[in-house]
Amino acid sequence: MSNSKHIVILGNGIAGITCARHLRKQSDSIRITAISGESKYFFSRTALMYVFMGHMKFENTQPYENWFWEKNRIDLLEEWVENVDYQKKELHFRSGGKIGYDQLVLATGSQPNKFGWPGQDLEGVQGLYSKQDLEMMEKNTSAGVEHAVIVGGGLIGIEMAEMLAYKGISVTFLVRETGFWRNVLPREESELVGRHILEHHMDLRLETELVEIIPDESGRVKAVLTNKGEEIPCQFVGLTAGVTPKIDFLKETELDINRGILVDSYFKTNIPDVFAIGDCAEFRMAPGPGRNKIEQVWYTGRMHGETLAFNLVNNPVPYKPGIWFNSAKFLDIEYQTYGHVPSDWSTQEYQDFYWEHDSGKVSFRMLTDTNDSIVGVNNFGFRLRHEFFDRAIREKWSGTKVIQNLEKANFDPEFYAPYIHAIQETYGKEKGLNIAFKKRSFIQKLFSAKL
Amino acid sequence: MRFIQRLGIFFFLLGLITFTAIPFLGEYQFSEDQLAALVKDLHREKMITILHPMIDKDYTSSFAFVGELNHLMDEYNSVLKAENKWDEVIWDDYSFPLAKAALSSPVQENPYLFLFLSIGLVILGGLLYILPQFRNEPPGIKNNGVFHSKMKNRGWLGMVTGTYLILFYVILYWYPAYLVNLVWMVEPISLALSGNPASQWFLYGLIYTLAILVMGVRMFRKYRGNRYQQVRTASLMFFQTAFAFLIPEILVLLNKPYFDFKNIWPLDYSFFYDYRIESLTQSGAIGMFMLIWGILLIVVGVPAFTYFYGKRWYCSWVCGCGGLAETVGDPYRQLSDKSLKSWKIERYLIHSVLALAVVMTVLTIANYFTAFGLLGNVTNQLHSFYGFFIGSAFAGVVGTGFYPFMGNRVWCRFGCPLAAYLGLVQRFKSRFRITTNGGQCISCGNCSTYCEMGIDVRWYAQRGQNIVRSSCVGCGVCAAVCPRGVLKLENGPEEGRINEMPLIIGNDSIKVNA
Repeated sequence: MSNSKHIVILGNGIAGITCARHLRKQSDSIRITAISGESKYFFSRTALMYVFMGHMKFENTQPYENWFWEKNRIDLLEEWVENVDYQKKELHFRSGGKIGYDQLVLATGSQPNKFGWPGQDLEGVQGLYSKQDLEMMEKNTSAGVEHAVIVGGGLIGIEMAEMLAYKGISVTFLVRETGFWRNVLPREESELVGRHILEHHMDLRLETELVEIIPDESGRVKAVLTNKGEEIPCQFVGLTAGVTPKIDFLKETELDINRGILVDSYFKTNIPDVFAIGDCAEFRMAPGPGRNKIEQVWYTGRMHGETLAFNLVNNPVPYKPGIWFNSAKFLDIEYQTYGHVPSDWSTQEYQDFYWEHDSGKVSFRMLTDTNDSIVGVNNFGFRLRHEFFDRAIREKWSGTKVIQNLEKANFDPEFYAPYIHAIQETYGKEKGLNIAFKKRSFIQKLFSAKL
Repeated sequence: MRFIQRLGIFFFLLGLITFTAIPFLGEYQFSEDQLAALVKDLHREKMITILHPMIDKDYTSSFAFVGELNHLMDEYNSVLKAENKWDEVIWDDYSFPLAKAALSSPVQENPYLFLFLSIGLVILGGLLYILPQFRNEPPGIKNNGVFHSKMKNRGWLGMVTGTYLILFYVILYWYPAYLVNLVWMVEPISLALSGNPASQWFLYGLIYTLAILVMGVRMFRKYRGNRYQQVRTASLMFFQTAFAFLIPEILVLLNKPYFDFKNIWPLDYSFFYDYRIESLTQSGAIGMFMLIWGILLIVVGVPAFTYFYGKRWYCSWVCGCGGLAETVGDPYRQLSDKSLKSWKIERYLIHSVLALAVVMTVLTIANYFTAFGLLGNVTNQLHSFYGFFIGSAFAGVVGTGFYPFMGNRVWCRFGCPLAAYLGLVQRFKSRFRITTNGGQCISCGNCSTYCEMGIDVRWYAQRGQNIVRSSCVGCGVCAAVCPRGVLKLENGPEEGRINEMPLIIGNDSIKVNA
């Protein structure tokens, strides 16, 4: 398709950059500009922790070499945008410059939640989302920090705890819920992660909330006060109670905003030729049953970008995500989930199968509906195959069929303990089933072949 | 425990200093009889004349001794060269055997003491440092601080280490006469194993094997909880100790040809050289077996095993170069260059070396069967060229000396002709691939960073594509360091091995007819 319009993408995270890349794949002639004040080149936000811990250099987090952008004619501008003139179709930079657009894609991402705690803006208190946050954290922890308090038990919280542990800083976790990430994880999984946190000598305070952050004379944090009346001395506070769309500079304009930028299923805002994708977008109607209106996950950002890029060049299609999946790592324990596994459910709603290894660090959960069709799985401490569960859930396999074929779902490295077999055995016993498992012969294993 | 580790570093450094100081010990003096016994019959009289000023003279340092020796030889040869009397030039380098015979040093009297004070202390110190590592820590990825380390991120410690290694290799390959003290130190071990006196190559083989063993123990600690890494490391330690080090020595003890059963042409570039073929064909049934075994490995073993398992069966499970890279070199794996440019250079370079090795071997064989009527001594020149630039400079000096500068697989990636051959099979006819787990990649870059072969693993993983690359040695570290369980080394059906994914799993919005 020949098209010379200028599409400006505000934000170069996974959503914005995926959109830019797919635009170029679809059209050779579109002019594409990606703007970010955070960093000139796209980097993987999820990898910031590894830079802090010395696993990688910052440039290792950049998925594309620097020549890639010029070669694909994606113009990069390192600017902070201060406001948008929707009438003149212009973006105004903090530095004073401006740029015009034919179509605008807002992909501004998130910022850490701050719930108005007293002392939340003190020195030594911060969240972790952006490259600048990382730099600030390096500065904040460079000297004189012995103990830190992390507020909020989620994915960024556990990352921050691991980062602090690298520097030999002890950590207290304040978690509002009855268990770690309990608003997402079922009780057993939440407890499994909780135990692992304790194994790493971190202090986990459940059902505890932050009341106030107390400064010393120089205006730096010296302690926090909890709702249990305890004052915990600390020199660093991590605020990791979730993130919120980063749209402050877009507020009080003609753009329709709720918590995020309101969009329809085509990522259209209320203003013509203005679109929003990624963390900063809020769907007017949830994109599917059991899905959030704001999707703040790497994978959804990528899908938003793919879909909008398609729509900007072709006949638009509505965003229709497939089977949900996600993953994370809690210190040393990997976690994957496929399909729908809520934190709590009623027995009328779902049947539940849960297996846990004696070590207490490996577990598998499968939920099936009233027809015994699989709706989702959680796995901790071992790896399962995405393709397998995408298909099983889509095709509504029975729980038994899933378990019988579990060998094909195994994604652990070779020579690993076959957790799959223990799961199959436990399932068979619990259900009183005599499941015939296909054991492979030595020769088949040796050549790992389906002979 | 911290104290024990510090003590370990102390012992290690002490051992290293002793090891470095030992070559400077002792005095050098030889008699006419000794000289006569060491040189070829053809050279005997000439050598006695040339080295006459040195006979029965006492030298207090190796520099004075080797210096004068070389000076006298050069003086003699340069006259002949100037007169174009090439046949009369003495090309043989007698400096090592002469120095070894001439030496009298405390090392000869107390070899075990010096062995303990040098290599022994290095091993002891190394183990004291390694064994307490990661204690009280749950199993997991242990890459904390790699890029903050002065050793592992081209800091001054890395520079010093690299320089030391390069110097060691240069001396070992081209100035072994300076190492005779160290060779004497391992003499009793060599006598016990093969009944033969030690050479610099025995010294090197011993150090090489011990380095793999000690650093293999480190791998067990570092990859606690990762069975694939542990089994693979154990395999490398076994093949180095048994196949590369002990068996060939024992064969010599039994009066059979020195033979490493796992070394394969063209890595073993001299396999078809006339003197080696002759030594095998003149050793009866076992020699014939060795010859056939070596050829079978090339024509059947490599393609068959690589078809089923990928080149990893050799490169990261069996090979000696791989053994050193995966153990001693493991701390440097992140230093390999991931750029597209270096991939281009890699392909040109490694395939050129393969072509060179093939051409050289074909000429050698042709020459052999035509009784040297075809090319005469040209193949010898080719052999020295290859031996110098590829066999020694590239594989040794650059291959190992550059660990702290360019990562632990410089030779394997840019130079090894066998890796090139295995890679061609792996790329075009193999069941091996690294499977990407659907859409789970978060582009974090751990896989690419820790790929010792400089493969940009993430490039494929983030688009849901399997990784099929000729250079992949299947070390499995990308899968180990992945925080989201995205990568798995697998042997499977060839169908769907290479997958172009128009869209990654999980987005049903767009239907693409691929």
